[in-house]
Amino acid sequence: MNMGEDGVTMPAVRGLSSVQTVVSQTSPPKKSFLYDPKFRGVFYQLLLIAVVGYLFYMAATNAVENLQRARIASGFGFLNNTAGFDISQALIQFSAAGSTYGDAFIVGLLNTLVVSAIGVFFTTILGFVIGIARLSKNWMVAKVAMVYVEVLRNVPLLVQLLFWYIAVLGPLPQPRNSIEMGAGFFLNSRGLFMARPIYAADAWAIPAALLIGLVGTFIYRRWARAQQERTGQQYPVGLVTLGLVVGLPVLIWIVLALFGANPISFEVPQKGTFNLTGGMQILPEFVALLLGLTTYTAAFIAEVVRAGILAVSKGQSEAAASLGLKPGQILRLVVIPQAMRVIIPPLTSQYLNLTKNSSLAVAIGYPDLVQVFMGTVLNQTGQAIEVVVITMGVYLTISLVTSALMNIYNRRVAIVER
Amino acid sequence: MSTAVDMPRFVRAKQVEALPPPNLARGPIAWVRENLFSGPFNTLLTLVVFYLLYISVPPIVKFLFIDAVWSGADRAACRADMGGRESGACWAFVREKINYFTYGSYTVSERWRVDVFFVLLALGVGWLLWLRAPRRDLGAVYFFWLFPVASYILLTGGNADFSGSFWVGFLVFGTLLIAAFASVAAILKTSVRAALIVGGGIVAVIGITLAAMDMDFGLQHVPTSLWGGILVTLLVATVGIVVSLPFGILLALGRRSKLPIVRMASVIYIEFVRGVPLITVLIMANTMLPLFLPGDMTVDRLLRPLIGTALFSSAYMAEVVRGGLQAMPKGQYEGAMSLGLNYPQMMILIILPQALRIVIPGIVNTFIGLFKDTSLVAIVGIFDVVKTIEASRIDPNWAAPTIGMTGYAFAALFYFIFCFGMSRYSLGVERRLAAGQKR
Repeated sequence: MNMGEDGVTMPAVRGLSSVQTVVSQTSPPKKSFLYDPKFRGVFYQLLLIAVVGYLFYMAATNAVENLQRARIASGFGFLNNTAGFDISQALIQFSAAGSTYGDAFIVGLLNTLVVSAIGVFFTTILGFVIGIARLSKNWMVAKVAMVYVEVLRNVPLLVQLLFWYIAVLGPLPQPRNSIEMGAGFFLNSRGLFMARPIYAADAWAIPAALLIGLVGTFIYRRWARAQQERTGQQYPVGLVTLGLVVGLPVLIWIVLALFGANPISFEVPQKGTFNLTGGMQILPEFVALLLGLTTYTAAFIAEVVRAGILAVSKGQSEAAASLGLKPGQILRLVVIPQAMRVIIPPLTSQYLNLTKNSSLAVAIGYPDLVQVFMGTVLNQTGQAIEVVVITMGVYLTISLVTSALMNIYNRRVAIVER
Repeated sequence: MSTAVDMPRFVRAKQVEALPPPNLARGPIAWVRENLFSGPFNTLLTLVVFYLLYISVPPIVKFLFIDAVWSGADRAACRADMGGRESGACWAFVREKINYFTYGSYTVSERWRVDVFFVLLALGVGWLLWLRAPRRDLGAVYFFWLFPVASYILLTGGNADFSGSFWVGFLVFGTLLIAAFASVAAILKTSVRAALIVGGGIVAVIGITLAAMDMDFGLQHVPTSLWGGILVTLLVATVGIVVSLPFGILLALGRRSKLPIVRMASVIYIEFVRGVPLITVLIMANTMLPLFLPGDMTVDRLLRPLIGTALFSSAYMAEVVRGGLQAMPKGQYEGAMSLGLNYPQMMILIILPQALRIVIPGIVNTFIGLFKDTSLVAIVGIFDVVKTIEASRIDPNWAAPTIGMTGYAFAALFYFIFCFGMSRYSLGVERRLAAGQKR
């Protein structure tokens, strides 16, 4: 009420020049700059900058003062200091005496990436199987999948990890009573033992064959597609792909082996009186973390997959059937491509969640980035700010890069509407 | 046409009863055929699933119920070598420790206060979640103001013992704030009276809160280091939701704002928090918070993860609320503006009530995530449910092979009941809201 009156009387009070009054006859009457939305916007933003800036300033000065009092060094020089601790699983050379904190960081980062990558691989398979099982016409299969999803989703990952680590893997027998699982796999309280590949000098031939196979497949697929669009004739793309990608490396392997130059041989662990010798050891922490992450994330992926398949309207598969496509073709050519567009964005965020959740490794002692760097290194050096900034920076980079790629993908697959 | 006369002879006068469907097309047998054995592949699947259930379910049931030990005073009941049974869950352990799992080491004589807190919490949650509850606006005031203050007094014992100079400072601050409001109103030539009411209201709310915290109710002080178990889990979750909802709304509004700096600040905050794992935020709160405060100020050990989880869940809540804001049709904004409402009025009276209503399922889902995530505070040394179980598991009095499994089964059950209940609620709301949209 007050505002309205002011608004009307304002021009007269302010005594604007006559030119302006003439101009402003079509536009609303000019008011005090305090009522100008632009001025208010600038004012609020300056206020925000001032408040946030003040908070940061206070935090920084306090931190400097506190660090000086506690005699903690600052800066990233500590990365070159000798670490002085051992890490149970290191993919690069690492020793307490000869390695630095920087090496420890790389070891932790690699361990995080390894467990995330393997976890993503297995959880995708398990998640798709369960998601499709939930939609099965078989009542039993659908119900079992539903119970799996509900139970796994509603129990915290930490409890599940502790369960796998302590309650399931904990009571495993001593190495001398290892459980033999066949094919060179042994399970005992020190983890999972399996055959270790030994590469001969000419082992490069196999990855080379794989690469040739992949390139060949790519070229063949393009050619087959162009042919189909021109003539309508279809070529056995699947069979040729299988032959090139799997067949060629296997063939090379067999040929090399026949000529007495076995490129890859396996060292199978042997059961001794007390311990297993040879082979490759996988830490129980790693097994527990992988099991926990895989089964937990699979429950979420199953829901994503289910939602994606349900999102393809029934008319699509009916229309495809009326065109005369076979059920397999309907699934491959019509349903899956459309479902994937719905599935992939949330699927990626589940992959990101898995990567972030792998930081729970700290609870069971798997040496991932958080356990090694935010745990041991932080405790030894006390340089909380640097360590926290680096660790968060790593996770942030992974997330941002993934979501940037996701945005590009989304733009490409988005339905172009009129 | 003569046939018409003869017709009746060949037309039945009475309706014939329909034949019953063949036996194989109805009843349980038909259902089983249709749903379990409709083809060779399906039959195989069913048999595989039956086999999997056969090898997995009976041992679980046997472990949890049939072979379980239900009573006993110590580990003897759950150890074969001491005359007990160790093939099943040791529920006697949970029964013995249930008070520890619920209250932690909270002073025994004062545990009724925790019970009152549980009741107050249930009351507030029920009031807000029951969509047809009376006066849900009062419920919001209760849940976001009265309940937190009452809980603080109940759980810590209140009696914060502010000094006289603190109150003098507060009086000066209050007067200045009211004066600032009044002067702004005077400059803008709006109603000074309204400004006085708003400013006075803010000062009064803060003042009453502080006075209540300062008042001596004769309750014994219980330090937070003694709190634990379900109390701490629910506390972390509650603080998370009480802080994250208003904070998340602000962040969401900021992200939708037309002011570039406000928008950028909100986006940076939200994307930063969502890009890092909670555990790193907790460790940051644990190690960096004390660094950022003046040297003589200490932060309570329990308060640090509380701040961490609250900041963390705010970002997720902001994204949920943003979804609701974006789902509002533009006409709602335009309608509000054409009525002459300013920005706060438009948001508070028109947009937010509708937007928040449609994102209730999302809010509940975020809360489920938050509730599960509270278990992470165990990693930074806070005695929540998981940590109390971890601590009891290694109690020599209860050293038995099945203790670990039993403890985790209990933890899983506890979390499952809460999370599953909430997810059912959110599904129900979703269905109700969808029913309103259907025409």
